Amino acid sequence: MSTQTINPLRFRNRIHPQLFALYIAFGSIMMMFGALTSAYIVKHAQGDWLEYTMPGQFYISTAILLLSSVTLHFSYRNFIGQKERPYKLLLLISFVLGLTFVVFQYQGWVALFEVGVDFKANVSGSFLYLITGLHALHILGGVAAITVAIISAYTLPFVVTEKRKKGFKLVLHYWHFVDLLWIYLLAFLLLVK
Amino acid sequence: MAHVHVTPSDPIEALIEEQGYDDHFHDHHHGDKYQSGFIGHYIFSMDHKIIARQFLITGIFWAIIGAAMSIVFRLQLGFPEGDMEWLKPILGKWITVNDGIGQLSPEFYYALVTMHGTILVFFVLTAGLSGTFSNLLIPLQVGARDMASPFLNMLSYWFFFLASCVMFYSLFLSTGPFAGGWTAYPPLSALPQASSGSGTGMTLWLVSLTLFVVSALLGGINYITTILNLRTKGMTMFRMPLPMWAFFITAILGVLSFPVLASGFFMLMFDRGLGTSFFLSEIFIEGQALDRVGGSPILYQHLFWFLGHPEVYIIILPAMGIVSEVLSVHARKPIFGYQAMVLSILAIGFLAFIVWAHHMFMSGVNPFLSNFFVIFTLIIAVPSAVKVFNWITTLWGGNIRFTSSMLFAIGFVSMFISGGLTGIFLGNSAIDIQLHDTYFVVAHFHIVMGIAAFFGMYCGVYHWFPKMFGRFMNETLGKIHFWVTLVGAYAIFWPMHYLGMAGVPRRYYSFETFDAFKHFGAMNQFITIAAIVVFAAQILMVINFFYSIFKGKKMTTKNPYGANTLEWTTPIETGHGNWPGKIPSVHRWPYDYGKDGKEFVPQIMPLAEGEIEGDH
Repeated sequence: MSTQTINPLRFRNRIHPQLFALYIAFGSIMMMFGALTSAYIVKHAQGDWLEYTMPGQFYISTAILLLSSVTLHFSYRNFIGQKERPYKLLLLISFVLGLTFVVFQYQGWVALFEVGVDFKANVSGSFLYLITGLHALHILGGVAAITVAIISAYTLPFVVTEKRKKGFKLVLHYWHFVDLLWIYLLAFLLLVK
Repeated sequence: MAHVHVTPSDPIEALIEEQGYDDHFHDHHHGDKYQSGFIGHYIFSMDHKIIARQFLITGIFWAIIGAAMSIVFRLQLGFPEGDMEWLKPILGKWITVNDGIGQLSPEFYYALVTMHGTILVFFVLTAGLSGTFSNLLIPLQVGARDMASPFLNMLSYWFFFLASCVMFYSLFLSTGPFAGGWTAYPPLSALPQASSGSGTGMTLWLVSLTLFVVSALLGGINYITTILNLRTKGMTMFRMPLPMWAFFITAILGVLSFPVLASGFFMLMFDRGLGTSFFLSEIFIEGQALDRVGGSPILYQHLFWFLGHPEVYIIILPAMGIVSEVLSVHARKPIFGYQAMVLSILAIGFLAFIVWAHHMFMSGVNPFLSNFFVIFTLIIAVPSAVKVFNWITTLWGGNIRFTSSMLFAIGFVSMFISGGLTGIFLGNSAIDIQLHDTYFVVAHFHIVMGIAAFFGMYCGVYHWFPKMFGRFMNETLGKIHFWVTLVGAYAIFWPMHYLGMAGVPRRYYSFETFDAFKHFGAMNQFITIAAIVVFAAQILMVINFFYSIFKGKKMTTKNPYGANTLEWTTPIETGHGNWPGKIPSVHRWPYDYGKDGKEFVPQIMPLAEGEIEGDH
């Protein structure tokens, strides 16, 4: 990927264009989940709705995801603070926490399935799997991004450049975003049932 | 030291060197690494100008296929008794021969109508129009080296290419491509057993359009970011040429509405593959009840039209932007009411999101809810009328050059008025009771967003062809193309209004057995003949296009039209990075034509002493 068309010295505005592009992508992702939750509200209002209790695994996964946002954030602080060891360590921890989140989501689905909330039986279950599944895919995208960050952390010499700061920021902001997205989705699923 | 290797060869270049902005772009030649070699340069190119040409040529490919399909189903409608055996080598088993007379199979008729809609709306008028001109013009007109992310830009084209491959493949399935209408309403789209095209054909349709959504999002994100972040020094938002505003709002509409369509598609995929009941309710098929409960097909319609309505503005706004620019350049007059033009684009963009249910008046939505949508739909007439008024006033008293691009720009205004007026009929939910699903609707949307958007596209192709290929298209052929298309398009769609008011329904294979409709046979024949003539004129245009790439009249000056915008300050052979030295800086709005006795004053000219900028 070439960034030659963008010269960082040129910007009068403080935000890097690629970061800005990422924020627009957040808008798109919000519209996608907004559409799903709107459809959820419409179907909910039409009745024939199976209620279920949210499995405990989802609360654990929420705590893990929040924690991973914190660790990734401090990894970034350590990176710009030139502290190599904690930066790399926290990056690895964030990666593991991200994967653990998906594992707990999966455990939550299994628990729901065992009490009879499956794909087909009722549309409330269909929505739950679709929404949380699509969110998990976005988390996996974030895990992939963190993997890229880890690869550059361990293959490139430790130098804090503007370019690498920008790259890290892209990962960090995306991760915070999918974290907040999950909080919204969980709150939504708890409130509208 | 960055620009030492540039010796200004003309006054414009000297001015850019003097006033421009040095971004040290040419210090780093490794930036051109991906430009070397045939594959990096022409195929997996990250240069916005090459990507624009890729979008355009792929769009032309699809336009020919989509138009040819319309000729086949027009033949069926115009000459239902006619012999279609000559099409057997192409259509194969979809032509059945009885007693020596070849007949188009009804299933394939529906597939043709469906594919015609899908191809034209998404592949031609979205990717081919907005994809081409957003890519070509945004960096050139805002004064940027390239898009914010050339890599994502390349991906945008290749996702479109993949979507194209999947859709093209689906045309050759033994069960045929999807045949349930381009809107893909359930249950026809949700039940693989509903019709022959609902099986694999629909699966591929969904895959293709999901890839297309990815392409549109990657493109749109890039367009918005480039316009907001990479404008050159002095290029304030209100100094941007009008195409920039149009592409900007188009991209915002796409980025906000395509994900909603994607959500609808995901739910449809679940319904098709995993047995969920989002859109499917208790349906009996061959005496057997489905095991689905309580789904709502209306829900899909809401999700679809939440994209579907902004989509028509995604199609028409770029055309409007292109036409505004070309009208001003070739009338040698500033665009009338620049700010009103910008505000009306913004108003249309906003209203686009709150009128979608006017496509669903007869779907069983609450009539009281319809009132809301009627009001907002009719309000769209206001910004639209502002734009039409401003285009006409721009022409008024202008020193008009009737080039092919100008003719198509004027033709666009004509089409937009004719098609827009019937929109006021259809926007009323009461009149829609009579007119919905008739040829009146077909006539309305073909004129206002089909033909009009095509006119905008042709206008842009003729106008910016020299910027793309360094040569001009043939003007005589261009004018023949214009007049045949203008007269022919009206000849096709004008009669359809009468058919529609008489209640002739769209999407019917044949009217032979309907006493109420069969006396329109002669009118249908007339429409079909007009369609064939117009199709021939488009082939002429395509020949002109490809001939001119290699043999057209060469462009000898940088700024052949005497235009003010930045793309005409780049060299004739515009290389990677667009400007050989510094990036030009901008001192005025782009529409200083005929100001202070000068025919035109480019945007890079500093204000003269005591000169007051613009009149906007």
